[in-house]
Amino acid sequence: MAKKAHIETTINGEQVEYLCEPRQSLLEVLRDVLEMTGTKEGCNDGNCGACTVVMDGRIVNSCLVLGAEAEGANLETIEGVATPDSLHPLQQSFLQNAALQCGICTPGFILASKALLEMEPDPGEERVRHWLAGNLCRCTGYDKIVKAVLEAADVLEVKG
Amino acid sequence: MATTTEVSSTEFNVVGTRPIRHDGTEKVTGRARYSADIQLPGLLHGRVLRSPHAHARILSIDTSKALDLPGVKAVVTSADFAKPSGRVSDLTEGAIHNMGFMANNVMAGEKALYKGHAVAAVAATSPHIAEEALGLIDIQYEVLPPVLTLDVAMKDDAPVLHERLASLANPGLRPGGLKDDDDTGEATNIANHFVFESGDIEQGFKEADVVVEREFDTASVHQGYIEPHAATAVWNADGNITIWCSSQGQFAMRDQTARLVGVPVSKIKVIPMEIGGGFGGKTIVYLEPVAAALAKKSGQPVKVTMSRTDVFQGTGPTSGTHIRVKMGANKEGKITAVDATLAYESGAFPGSPAIPGSLCMLSAYEVENARVEGYDVVVNKPKAAAYRAPGSPASAFAAESVIDEVAGKLGFDPVDFRMLNGAREGTRRINGVRLPRIGYMELLQAAKDHPHYSAPLEGPNRGRGFATGFWGNGTGPASAVASVNSDGSVSLVEGSPDIGGNRVALAMQVAEVLGIAAEDVKPAIGDTDSVGFTSNTGGSGATFKSGWACYEAAHDIKRQMIERAAKIWEASPEDVSYTDGVLTHNSDPELKLTFRQLAARLNATGGPISGRGNVNPRGQGPATAGCIVDVEVDPDTGKVEILRFTTLQDIGKAIHPSYVEGQMQGGAVQGIGWALNEEYVYNDRGEMSNSSFLDYRMPTSLDLPMIDTVMVEVPNPGHPFGMKGVGEVAIVPPMPAIANAIHNAIGVRMTSLPMSPGNILEAIWSQQEDGKA
Repeated sequence: MAKKAHIETTINGEQVEYLCEPRQSLLEVLRDVLEMTGTKEGCNDGNCGACTVVMDGRIVNSCLVLGAEAEGANLETIEGVATPDSLHPLQQSFLQNAALQCGICTPGFILASKALLEMEPDPGEERVRHWLAGNLCRCTGYDKIVKAVLEAADVLEVKG
Repeated sequence: MATTTEVSSTEFNVVGTRPIRHDGTEKVTGRARYSADIQLPGLLHGRVLRSPHAHARILSIDTSKALDLPGVKAVVTSADFAKPSGRVSDLTEGAIHNMGFMANNVMAGEKALYKGHAVAAVAATSPHIAEEALGLIDIQYEVLPPVLTLDVAMKDDAPVLHERLASLANPGLRPGGLKDDDDTGEATNIANHFVFESGDIEQGFKEADVVVEREFDTASVHQGYIEPHAATAVWNADGNITIWCSSQGQFAMRDQTARLVGVPVSKIKVIPMEIGGGFGGKTIVYLEPVAAALAKKSGQPVKVTMSRTDVFQGTGPTSGTHIRVKMGANKEGKITAVDATLAYESGAFPGSPAIPGSLCMLSAYEVENARVEGYDVVVNKPKAAAYRAPGSPASAFAAESVIDEVAGKLGFDPVDFRMLNGAREGTRRINGVRLPRIGYMELLQAAKDHPHYSAPLEGPNRGRGFATGFWGNGTGPASAVASVNSDGSVSLVEGSPDIGGNRVALAMQVAEVLGIAAEDVKPAIGDTDSVGFTSNTGGSGATFKSGWACYEAAHDIKRQMIERAAKIWEASPEDVSYTDGVLTHNSDPELKLTFRQLAARLNATGGPISGRGNVNPRGQGPATAGCIVDVEVDPDTGKVEILRFTTLQDIGKAIHPSYVEGQMQGGAVQGIGWALNEEYVYNDRGEMSNSSFLDYRMPTSLDLPMIDTVMVEVPNPGHPFGMKGVGEVAIVPPMPAIANAIHNAIGVRMTSLPMSPGNILEAIWSQQEDGKA
């Protein structure tokens, strides 16, 4: 077994250090090393989006990134989306629109949607559907998710 | 635009509103804990070794090299599990599972019966070491010819999977079984062959003006829940076992694991984690007994997880089927006779949903003369598991396609034709059981009245289709305990895992009875030591049966609150009335206590109050659904685009309408996936060649339009709020509706699923060939 690497990175604004094996993915590091289990595993091969996190401003499937690649990176995970006393408008919108059933895909959808709205504050339905095509949901049929994202965009625009 | 069609209306305070779900914040912040999210000190990681062959005799297993790998703490094989009986004579009528077969499915014994069949498992200090160790287990196989299709499996000289499989003729005994030792009947792969009959089909076909006969095939599809299976177990020296897992029923996990590891149920506590989707596929154990056996052998907690490939190859799927339907109808538009044969693959062990598929096929109609013959057939594929309205989607694909064709030939509108033949209260199903009040006719009317049904549809290669579906819905035992808190809230502990919003729907039923807000009820799902037995979240039954337990628990609280107020007022309980959460003295209206005021005084006036509900309620109503779909077919590529989709459902009464809509939309979209893309693709060695989400193509947001919902509210007379199960039936009609729409668009009748681009092109070309000939 190769020696563990010492990694320094930033997660949700906090400086974090960890040791990881060269073969461990960022998803494994988040879940098993740092015990941040809000990031979910659905397929471990980059096809479901449940493990979506933001890395240096881009959404990535954390199962396709090595833990060692996060050296010096700026990461955002679901644990960093809400403030201690209030949910992000997207999270609130998901609740109000019943945009989750089992909820396992929800952290990935929220991070992917947040990244979209930060780049494009006023996307239409087609754009939302296209952007979220890398995130699978088996429960909802996406209808309420798309509505929740569009409604959150409106809320953010009024606030912004 | 979601709409509700109400047939009659009762006033409710909470039922029918849309409160935020209680577990919502945990789920949108990543704090909710699912099966794989458990972390324990000293936790080992388990992995399962799976057979590379679809059919092979296991000659020997040598685990010594794996055990020598540093970090490996335990290896188990079938020798480490109990061996419950698989004989038919040890089952009871109506048995759901054959525990002998289940044990064999969890860990292969003498034979590996499908590629992906578990043959051994390892626990190690890291998941990577466990994976390495799997490669060091040496198994000698004698590879046998795989049986991969119904055609081959049903032949007299086919290789057999189980030498001593009993061939039943019993639609009451779904799981099949092994023969008694003295039974010398021939070996077979046909586990069950049954017939339902009513009237006289010969006479019925004589009376027909149009007869259509077609054969249909459907491929296996997977439930596709996003959360892979995972189970964590601790086995203490005193023999007590704790298991953390997500499932559709912690009690089923407990009871099945107890049988498979050979301990009494009292030795196991199952702690239900949040479930990341199930759709029927998480009602049986796969990893729980394995984690327990590894924990016992290693003396440490063990978490066993599946990869997505493991999930595809080792769990689920639903049956592949072959179905023949012959239907006759007269010029007046009445169906005069139906003759159908349905064969369902059950996978490696008996117990496909051939029986419910056969029973549901014609249940939405009044058909006097019918014969429905079913086969349950074992093949070298993963054991079929329940999937949303098990069995009904395949039989509806066949029957509703034929109905569309018959109606078209007779010149009837598809909805009108169904109205002429539709089932009502009192209609007999083919097994002789009479239907209770259902809302099928109201659903058909709602479809006809919907703007989608009459909207213009222009452009080439576009078509509209309609179809309906039926599902029986289930019930079962359920338990709940509710305790009044001093701030006027109620803590609710119930036994049904929350698969898609049922927590909030259960809390709402407590709130409705007590006249308090849904937010003042705090629902939790109890572990197997904290709440009474509750059957699976399945059969569209959780909000019905656990809801009923909650309803009883709330009434129990209400009764005790009335008694307590009477005691305080030195009156008798008959002198106290309870309306909308306020207790009033009947003859002295000055004496009033709100629920909250009385809750604050409980400890000082006699002690705390809890209510309980332990029920096995009757009165669940069957469900019907329909959908209207517009498609556009690209004749060059064969791709089908869904332009517009409306799903209608006879729902009784919506407790939480948003989550009812969610069930309807989710079911519809699973149906769209089943119709257009999803299938298990096998090579001739029985290897699934598309066991990833890249190649097993579930619908994405980009593939779909908004899914319009119409909730048809015909109150279920069997329930105090008029509700009934809503979870499953919406998956039934999309496949035939889309097939009917494709026919309407391009004149090609699709008879096999999925209607993928390749299959559509073949059908187009084949029709063109026929046209030339």
